[in-house]
Amino acid sequence: MIPAAFEYVRAGSADEAVALIAEHGEDAKFLAGGMSLLPLMKLRLSTPSVVVDVGRVRDLSYVRDGGDHVAIGALTRHRDLETNDMLAGECGVVRAVAGQVGDNQVRHRGTIGGSVAHGDPASDLPAVLVALDATFVVTGPSGARHVAAGDFFQGFLETALEPDELLTEIRVPKTGASGFGFEKFNRRAQDYAIVGVVATRVGGGTRVGLVNMGQTPLRARAVEHALAQGASVGDAAREAAVGTDPPADLNASPEFRAHLAQVLVRRALEAL
Amino acid sequence: MKVMMTVNEAAQDHDVEPRTLLVQYLREACGLTGTKVGCDTSSCGACTVLVDGESVKSCTMLAAQADGVSVTTIEGLARGGEWHPVQTAFHEHHGLQCGYCTAGMVMAAVSLIDEIPNPSERDVRLGLEGNLCRCTGYHNIVKSVLAAAEQMRGTKQ
Repeated sequence: MIPAAFEYVRAGSADEAVALIAEHGEDAKFLAGGMSLLPLMKLRLSTPSVVVDVGRVRDLSYVRDGGDHVAIGALTRHRDLETNDMLAGECGVVRAVAGQVGDNQVRHRGTIGGSVAHGDPASDLPAVLVALDATFVVTGPSGARHVAAGDFFQGFLETALEPDELLTEIRVPKTGASGFGFEKFNRRAQDYAIVGVVATRVGGGTRVGLVNMGQTPLRARAVEHALAQGASVGDAAREAAVGTDPPADLNASPEFRAHLAQVLVRRALEAL
Repeated sequence: MKVMMTVNEAAQDHDVEPRTLLVQYLREACGLTGTKVGCDTSSCGACTVLVDGESVKSCTMLAAQADGVSVTTIEGLARGGEWHPVQTAFHEHHGLQCGYCTAGMVMAAVSLIDEIPNPSERDVRLGLEGNLCRCTGYHNIVKSVLAAAEQMRGTKQ
């Protein structure tokens, strides 16, 4: 399968990338690692006329101490996250989940920013970032703005990014080395989660994120609320599917996904 | 567009369309057909090659993205007529049946051993999750990779 023809341009910096996308208009797309976009282009579900390759923008590949948060450059690869020492101590959940994205080959190419900007509710890291209430730094022609993770994901493959904006940084709270659980259910190794659940302690509370339980990555707010009211793990987990809209596909019905969410939330909470 | 890269330590320079995939570049422009196209959807790993030493699926990377990098394919592993230890181990431990997945398996294993020189069986099984073998030969593939890692550690000491 070969993508439809396109013009290829490569950006050397974030500023150049934003200028190139402005120059080429709405039919242009940013390409990072390509792990999400290239399969869509090969199926011709995405047919950009211009591809702006940001994969070489090295100054957007970093993990830095931001004081009260950890700042992650949008073009940091999953491989670099899963082996990062600072994340191991300051936000272990991001490191651990990055190590479960796809397979080795995918993690050698795929980036956290690419995964976020793609906006696929079946991706692992977006649900983690929603649970952590991460902040996304988005850069456009008129400068940078901040978007809360909860406001960023707006629909299936739809985000708050304007066509001329580039996601440049992800800021995650310092939640420590441990205090999280991640459960991913799939039939074959390396597949997207049929349902995934992340539970993580943030401040004094417990947050729960859901993978592939709706049009966007979701917070299991009913579970969080029950826990805050003193419910047991087992009772709280039974609230896992409240307010979700799980999809139907060849792997699972919505009813099965709702059941999986309850089981996986319980397991993730028990791992805390 | 001009796409230049180093493949198996030899300079390559070809004029290709921007939509050319790395696997097409390797097979059709460079004539290196050891790298196979299996599923063509980045699931099976048959097209795995090393880009700057790390395993990638060459069906899901544009040749243009590899412009200027160093690529190693299965043809580039042997040295002076001697197989790479991973190739030898696959031979000795019957790590293949039909052989279609083998080039990708071997390249993924080389990258895995580079990252984890002393892998456990679990490390190998997880590390090769991106490579499918439809002859269900995983057991001997895992044995091959463990044996190759051991042999390579011995050589380094």
